[in-house]
Amino acid sequence: MIHPEDFELLRRIVKSRSGLTLSPDKAYLLENRLMAVARKWGMNEIEGLAATVRGAPNEELLREITEAMTTNETLFFRDQSPFDQLEKVVLPRLLEARKNTRHIRIWSAGCSSGQEPYSISMVIKQLGAALNDWRVDILATDISRAMLDKARAGLYTQFEVQRGLPIAMLMKYFSQAGDKWELDPGIRAMVNFDEFNLLNDPTPLGRFDVVFCRNVLIYLDQPTKTRVLENICNLMPDDGVLYMGGAETVMGVTEKFQPVNEYRGMYEIAKRAAAGYGTASQNYASNA
Amino acid sequence: MKSCLVVDDSRVIRMVARKILEELEFEVIEAEDGQVAIDRCNQVMPDAVLLDWHMPVMDGIEFLYALRQLPGGDKPQVVFCTTKNDLSHIQEAISAGANEYIMKPFDSEIIQSKFSQVGLI
Repeated sequence: MIHPEDFELLRRIVKSRSGLTLSPDKAYLLENRLMAVARKWGMNEIEGLAATVRGAPNEELLREITEAMTTNETLFFRDQSPFDQLEKVVLPRLLEARKNTRHIRIWSAGCSSGQEPYSISMVIKQLGAALNDWRVDILATDISRAMLDKARAGLYTQFEVQRGLPIAMLMKYFSQAGDKWELDPGIRAMVNFDEFNLLNDPTPLGRFDVVFCRNVLIYLDQPTKTRVLENICNLMPDDGVLYMGGAETVMGVTEKFQPVNEYRGMYEIAKRAAAGYGTASQNYASNA
Repeated sequence: MKSCLVVDDSRVIRMVARKILEELEFEVIEAEDGQVAIDRCNQVMPDAVLLDWHMPVMDGIEFLYALRQLPGGDKPQVVFCTTKNDLSHIQEAISAGANEYIMKPFDSEIIQSKFSQVGLI
């Protein structure tokens, strides 16, 4: 059993580096996940790990501790409807609104092993000729280097390609590589992966017309959620669109975004409300 | 309540599939090979078929061709569920009229994901 003071130390490291909030009932989880890190660093117990952190905190070790605590659960076309909306509502509107610049930028924030940004590229690929001569940038970021490496490799297990991915998409965009499935290089080339910590200022990443930040904020505390969402808002044009996870809400977190009544999971910028996806701010109630 | 015909020569697989499908609120009918499955479809056409490939008497592909010739046989959503997990078999199944394809081993999440993709849930 982990010592309470060791738990507190490690919890604080994870929290300050990633925003991840670990309540005392997560002690077992922390212990399980960090045992692998401890062993890798030649220690047999969490106690040794904590002592090392106290004595000579090594940047690489602190990073691995943090990464080990992130949740990387993801699947292709998770919840389906955001990707249907992207194809049928959001991109057609952007095609009209951006016809002068012919440039669209999409950010997958907290992309894990890449299923979300690659689902976005598949949607864009399906639009085909409508996007000829357009530049569509997809930036996918995550705090975990291990996840980014996996995402860049574009190799998925049989289990992973059967979660959310329709068989027609598997046939079209994947090839077999041993016991894994490899995503088409053309689809992979549409996404740029970069390491980014959502606690940092995202301004250098540029402007984004669409931001997917789904099932990421659920692990953060309220003030951090607010800060992340308001930072995202600052990167978006008036008609920008944000997607959050099915169980997430902006209620009590920020007033900068409001849910779009007609489209589950979709949020528009509240004050400016220029997107015209929804109608009015009274949409809150029906989405709650 | 929607019905699903589970066609597999393994009693264990049929049992596991039944349990998962009943949790998804399907009425489950079983058949141990393609010929028995055709007989069941001639009695009542199911909404869905979860179909193994390799079976004695009549295999999954033969069943699928026969099913699609039956009156009303275009209606069921057919989801293959097989250990044949290479692209050429997948292509063969889809051209024969399958709607989705599951590579064994499967779990409840995969069944749910595939069934919802073809609009069964």
